[in-house]
Amino acid sequence: MTGMLDMDFIDFMDFSTLTHVVPPLATTLAALPALPIAGINWHSVLFLLFAGLACGFAIGVVAADNVVRMALYLVFSLGATAGLFFLAGAEFLGAMQLMIYVGGTLVLLVFGVMLTAQAPLVSIKPSSSDRTLTAVAGASLLSLLLTAAFSVDAWRGPGVGVVPAPSATPLGMALVGVRVDEPPAGTPVGGRVGYMLPFEIVSVHLLVVLVGAAYLARAKRRRTPRPIDALASAMPVEPVSTAATVAPTGRSAGGARSALVGGGR
Amino acid sequence: MMGLVLAPAMVASLATCLATVPLFAVNPFTEPVGVVHYLFVGAVLFTAGIACMTLKRNALGILMGIELVLNGANINFVAFASPYLRAEGAPTLGLDGQVVALFVILLAAAEAAVALAITLNFYNNHATVDVDRADDLKG
Amino acid sequence: MVEFLIGLGLPGWVAWSIAALVAAVLLLNVIAGGALVFIWAERKIAARIQDRLGPTRTGGRFGWLQSLADGIKLLAKEDLMPEGADGLLFRLAPYVSFCASFCAFIALPFAFDVVGQRLNVGVFFVVAVLGLEVFGVILAGYASASKWSLFGAMREAAQVVSYEVPLGMCVVVPVMLAGTMDLVTIGEKQAGWMSSWFLFHDPFTFIIFWVYVTCAVASVNRAPFDLAEAESELVAGFHTEYSGLRWSFFFMAEYGSMFLVSGLAAVLFLGGWNGPVPVARLLGFSDGTGESAAYVVRLLGLANLMGKATLGVLFMMWIRWTLPRLRIDQVMTTCLKYCTPIAAVMFAGAMFWQLFLPGGLFPGWGRPAGEIREGWLEGPGGLPAAASPAEDRSSTVTGGEPFERTGLATRSPR
Repeated sequence: MTGMLDMDFIDFMDFSTLTHVVPPLATTLAALPALPIAGINWHSVLFLLFAGLACGFAIGVVAADNVVRMALYLVFSLGATAGLFFLAGAEFLGAMQLMIYVGGTLVLLVFGVMLTAQAPLVSIKPSSSDRTLTAVAGASLLSLLLTAAFSVDAWRGPGVGVVPAPSATPLGMALVGVRVDEPPAGTPVGGRVGYMLPFEIVSVHLLVVLVGAAYLARAKRRRTPRPIDALASAMPVEPVSTAATVAPTGRSAGGARSALVGGGR
Repeated sequence: MMGLVLAPAMVASLATCLATVPLFAVNPFTEPVGVVHYLFVGAVLFTAGIACMTLKRNALGILMGIELVLNGANINFVAFASPYLRAEGAPTLGLDGQVVALFVILLAAAEAAVALAITLNFYNNHATVDVDRADDLKG
Repeated sequence: MVEFLIGLGLPGWVAWSIAALVAAVLLLNVIAGGALVFIWAERKIAARIQDRLGPTRTGGRFGWLQSLADGIKLLAKEDLMPEGADGLLFRLAPYVSFCASFCAFIALPFAFDVVGQRLNVGVFFVVAVLGLEVFGVILAGYASASKWSLFGAMREAAQVVSYEVPLGMCVVVPVMLAGTMDLVTIGEKQAGWMSSWFLFHDPFTFIIFWVYVTCAVASVNRAPFDLAEAESELVAGFHTEYSGLRWSFFFMAEYGSMFLVSGLAAVLFLGGWNGPVPVARLLGFSDGTGESAAYVVRLLGLANLMGKATLGVLFMMWIRWTLPRLRIDQVMTTCLKYCTPIAAVMFAGAMFWQLFLPGGLFPGWGRPAGEIREGWLEGPGGLPAAASPAEDRSSTVTGGEPFERTGLATRSPR
């Protein structure tokens, strides 16, 4: 196979340089349908490339002990997944995956890795019994999933393969509650819904998460976390006398807790 | 004992390998891809994610496992949504699959932000990200 | 091109791979050749701004071979890797950076339909892939096993993630005006005189263009936002430990993304490949008048876009050598307290303008008569029209090959 590819590459160079020999060579090449390379399907080749990358790096994430390496492999795996989305005709989703997942979430993750990457924490090795157990569980799960995937005949046939230009417009319209896409064959016409409400819920959810994450990250600077501080900052302004009575108990509680944590270390 | 545990897993893996044979019986470079190819990738990613979650002791490693699992699911959604991976005229999820995958991506971003904030807080309080050390609430 | 090759009797897959290779090589040349020219220009401009002469000897009077000489010097340099560095990541980082910069060029149109791969979500793709460049910097910073590098990488990560928010909002405005994310269509909608550029569409777009410029400069790490390589504090930031060819890959990535964001600005706001005066149309050329005329129009458009993008890059250089560097907290303040709210308000403003006063500030005298619209608007009963432009686009070739949209395929005259 490799040799064939190489030879072909030489022919290929000839094509681009010597125009007058192209037609005979081309007819020779076209007359070789028996060669597997002659009917090569770039869609499949690219799929194999991206699928291999995605699977390989996903296994790399599991196999690696260094957390920075894990993060890098995860980036490559998810990037290759975006390529798979493009190949399946979901262009908007692929770009979304690149932008939000790879460009946003994973940068955040890498950021967290770098904040916590002190020498003893970079690679925390699991015990070998854990490894064995995981291998067993993983193999069983994989076999289960693959058996399920291969058991349905309708999923096994090759696809149409030709990808016409998709459009992001129906997706956007669906998100604001109007369906303009062609209904898939066999769907009842009235059964399709827009996604206005989920869209709004997700946006509010994101806002809440934004505020929550900012709040969690803001409180991290104290060396000994005192529950009273969080309480006091969450409470509305109250008369001075109440705060004064609450504060000492809170401080003592905080002191006890920090001693506990210190002992735990 | 370990052999007893391993034996069914070995048999299962063997069965899996046999099940994937139809995938490679044809020339993979010329045959158009179908749904099952995508399902294969999704299954591998899902399994890797689960393994990651069970194996890693680093809290961020567990987070990465979750991302892998979500992506495996997403690949399946996209595969079922795409009409180009099915035979001519076969029913698909259509746009609904893509929309669900979209929501999964968005919620994964939110989940990662919160989980990261929790991890950083844990790190600031305990000076470690080893989840086995998070046993303050143990009686 | 693909039709031409198939017409020669080549099987489809050879034709497709030749077309793809030609596109890839052309793009690579744009980045590499552009970097050579821009490095020379940067040295000359910096020198002039600082009242110096800059390179004067190498290759004649203006020192225009200086960057080539620099390149040869970099090739000959010893390739160092610090002890304690993470070897794999250290070696990988420059290529990650460069690949991200290169991949984003795939969807950037250089003239009407002169685009590596026409994507329906072109704008989104370019911005998304551009954001991936940060990984190279982060990896370089971490793998160098140096405090300076790590500081630079952390700053870069925080900065890029923050600036993607206002950048995204700025990019959405032209998308909203054009009604599509396809960069080719967005550029085509601004055809005509200068007044139909989105920059002059309404006051909000004019202001948001400058927000875009700020965010773009920040997202490609140029001064005054070059915190990742602040040489007065961090030696050289994330590439402190790099030398030779790997270092030059970082440099090429930087100049590549500068050119990219300038090109994107040109397509989104500055009319793309349409000049200030529709010279070709006034002379009677148009896409419909024949094959050779179409090529002339495209060449003109190519020159136009390249000129605009180069101007953008020169503008960035001017800024770099004029303004002092900000502190990291000032960078964050600029993003979160100024750019994001301004972008949000301008976005809302542009939205309301589009709602109540559609058509723009200036009457677009010279706009093409038939507007390019998405198919779903015209179909009966809210369903997509049967022959939408999207399908028209893909049906130029009937080779039976899967990638019917690949390559610099010449478009059939409409």
